[in-house]
Amino acid sequence: MLTRNSSDVIVVGAGVVGAACAYYAAQAGLTVTVVDRGPVSGGTTGSGEGNLLVSDKEPGPELELALLSIELWRELTELLPPQIEYETKGGLVVAAAEAGMSALRDFAAGQEKAGVRAEEIAADRLHDLEPHLAPGLAGGFHYPQDAQVMPALAAAHLLKAGGDRVRLRLGEEVTGLLTGGHGELRGVSTATGELYAAYVVNAAGTWGGEFAALAGVDLPVLPRRGFVLVTEPLPRVVRRKVYAADYVADVASGSAALQTSAVVEGTAAGPVLIGASRERVGFDRTLSTEVLRRLAAQATALFPVLAGVRAMRTYAGFRPYLPDHLPAIGPDPRVPGLLHACGHEGAGIGLAPATGLIVARCLTGGRPPLDIGPFDPGRFLPRP
Amino acid sequence: MTASASESPGSTEPTEPTEPTEPTEPTEPTEPSGPSRLYDLAVIGAGSAGLAGAVTAAELGLSVALLDTATGTGGQFYRHPAPAVGALRPEALHHDWSAYAGLRRRLEASTVTRLGGHHVWTVSREGASGDGAFGEGAFREGASREGVFGDGEGPWTVHAVTGADGCAERPVRVWARAVLLATGAYERQLPFPGWTVPGVIGAGGAQAMLKSGLVLPGKRVVVAGSGPLLLAVASSLAAAGARVPAVIEASGYLAYARHPRVLAANPHKLAEAVVHGGTLLRHRVPLRTRSAVTEVHGRDRVEAVTVTRLDRDWRPLPGTARRIACDAVAVGHGLVPQIELATTLGCATRTTPDRATALLLDDLQETSVPDLWAAGETGGIGGARLARAEGELAGLAIAARLRGRPAHRGRVRELQRRRDRMRAFADAMAAAHAPGAGWSRWLTDDTDVCRCEEVTAGSIRAAVADLGARDARTVKLLTRAGMGWCQGRMCGSGVACLAAGDGVGEPPAERRPFATPVPLAALASLDEPADAGNAPADAGNAPGDAGRDPARGAHHPC
Repeated sequence: MLTRNSSDVIVVGAGVVGAACAYYAAQAGLTVTVVDRGPVSGGTTGSGEGNLLVSDKEPGPELELALLSIELWRELTELLPPQIEYETKGGLVVAAAEAGMSALRDFAAGQEKAGVRAEEIAADRLHDLEPHLAPGLAGGFHYPQDAQVMPALAAAHLLKAGGDRVRLRLGEEVTGLLTGGHGELRGVSTATGELYAAYVVNAAGTWGGEFAALAGVDLPVLPRRGFVLVTEPLPRVVRRKVYAADYVADVASGSAALQTSAVVEGTAAGPVLIGASRERVGFDRTLSTEVLRRLAAQATALFPVLAGVRAMRTYAGFRPYLPDHLPAIGPDPRVPGLLHACGHEGAGIGLAPATGLIVARCLTGGRPPLDIGPFDPGRFLPRP
Repeated sequence: MTASASESPGSTEPTEPTEPTEPTEPTEPTEPSGPSRLYDLAVIGAGSAGLAGAVTAAELGLSVALLDTATGTGGQFYRHPAPAVGALRPEALHHDWSAYAGLRRRLEASTVTRLGGHHVWTVSREGASGDGAFGEGAFREGASREGVFGDGEGPWTVHAVTGADGCAERPVRVWARAVLLATGAYERQLPFPGWTVPGVIGAGGAQAMLKSGLVLPGKRVVVAGSGPLLLAVASSLAAAGARVPAVIEASGYLAYARHPRVLAANPHKLAEAVVHGGTLLRHRVPLRTRSAVTEVHGRDRVEAVTVTRLDRDWRPLPGTARRIACDAVAVGHGLVPQIELATTLGCATRTTPDRATALLLDDLQETSVPDLWAAGETGGIGGARLARAEGELAGLAIAARLRGRPAHRGRVRELQRRRDRMRAFADAMAAAHAPGAGWSRWLTDDTDVCRCEEVTAGSIRAAVADLGARDARTVKLLTRAGMGWCQGRMCGSGVACLAAGDGVGEPPAERRPFATPVPLAALASLDEPADAGNAPADAGNAPGDAGRDPARGAHHPC
């Protein structure tokens, strides 16, 4: 039932993960209120590049989630308008030297067993795929499943596709959880009133830890800052998502110190996007010229043609980081009625549909599409 | 359309004293020398405010670098032809030229290092240990209240690119213990159907064309929009030989009457208005208030405009449209402070009465970030005379801070009094010309609002109504409005109003780390040592050595 103040589910967070949770819950017949203190896509979703990647993931639960999501995104694009800029552009991971190439080979072999398609590209064929790549690289791997969407639009259209069962309450901050006489969840209080539902989904992304604290539970989500450099619009000089092999190691690292590895890609709208930096410095948006220097140096090393191209802007975003690099998805064992769907680090766009589907199945008592044990929000509790 | 002149209507006022500001303790400048190559003060912008700040500080003994995108000084207000144009009397187009000439003389006699052709893209401050360019303790000389000399904070780094269009690949860095932002303003544009037709230019742009190249934008030029600049532009155009069929002002000038005290305290402003009024009368230029250009006719070139009467909230009144033939339209809706360098550093801002965002400054022109100062239009639009007063005040205050000696109290008080009086007038002026909530009614759904990305009013309205956009940032994310070459400087006001839904939104004080586009190669080489040996012609790279010769302002060919 969807009345002014009550629905079956409240989703906290109008980013792409919240949008996917709302969409799949509505598909399952539930009514959903999505509440966010900001606008749609106002947090990390709006700062992301929109990567739907399998290439950077080692075999394991996250890769399973990514592979399912790639399938679901393909289905969703049948339904969502072309404005979401879904592009099956493919990824190309390159190695500078033979040592890096053999590491890539081992990595890809493991991924292929898990269902990833990867094709080795010899040095002399790299320029067929990317004509502007620097000369002298040792080779690379092509991942045809890697794709991209325009993340802010994808989230907005996913919410809209939820139809009448999904209601948006934007610019409304959740201030607490409402519980009944037996401790059961009854909804949330916001700055302007109370919203009622038997289930609440924490899709607050990088702020998921703060929201969990409102519910009295600990979820160690930390911000991991990244800068993106955006160039002036160009004709398609970079066709795929191209990155250096050391990116994979950076993604998997837990270090708080600054790491950068160039990830370069063209977009449908023209600008080339250059990432990726990682550092844990809290929610600090101060410009770091050192990060920009490294990103620019690494990107122009991969694509020398970019040297004369101008960067138009740069911005920082905050990835929701959990210590084991896996998201928290599913019911919280400590608070009946509370579910989590946050902590996807830099992969939230790619992992959103599978996350939404899992949440919808949990809400309706259905069987999750894959083993959700590794994503258990209770896994950070001290073991007895 | 270009960023425009910061211009309040002209002036018959007696010029201010242009002699040095009571340099009570003339001292030898502390030369930036040795390995530190550190200036006391970097001034960004060589217009009225920056010039006044730079010469004042230098005359009090500070080492000063003065950076500007232009190769000459004077900023937008005192824009004047390149020598090649051969103008005999550039001052003929300027009010108050003698005040500028006085500052220029003082600059020439000063020790200020002039760095023309420098496009500053960001200002940063990293920990003293982070940079490595300076030894420990390099910033601890002198006395201070807070900030730069202690607490492990390093000096400011002013990052610039050079070349006529910022296209030289070598980045330039200038280090300084204090920074004065005097980056001026740019013109606010509100879109209307047909504003992309060739022949529609910014009012400030028209003025700039006249001042720098003595070129007229057309033979019959309608001047439209809102703000006192329109009168100045129309009178310059008419005096230079263009026919001006009408000046179309969206507000009513009666609003000034609500501030009788402020008017009485600023008699020079009334005098300016009288001068412009006289020029317009002499050339038979009618002023139509409470009206707007609501459509431009012509495909390849402006042929005519439709002018419609407006109600108090700038809503077009049905049945009042009339056509005026013309071959150009000069349009502007006031000026907005150019403050990206400061907002990126997190400086506090205020909303002006015409809903622009300006820097919040203390009584001595300092921003909320210690050791970062601002003067002139960055603190709110007020014109060249106010900019000079604020620049001088900032120069005095910075010298006092860095040298650890109090500023000349009498002069400070006098400048503060003048500033407050002129600020009050500026606020009254801003309130009188604030865009009305109803202006967006003249937009058709197919009117381009963002010209760079060709985003229409209709698609912005759809993003708000259907996709959950509630502010300018989300509209930008969902439509690309403001993501193009001008980075929203042209469409920011229009987008913000449409995003707010009620027509009175204002662009957020965004962090925009690149105040100007930066070549990736320039970013990539930021770690290269910036010393004189690498680029002998580049004064910016070697503040200490290339030093004091104004003729050596770095200017790279592209």
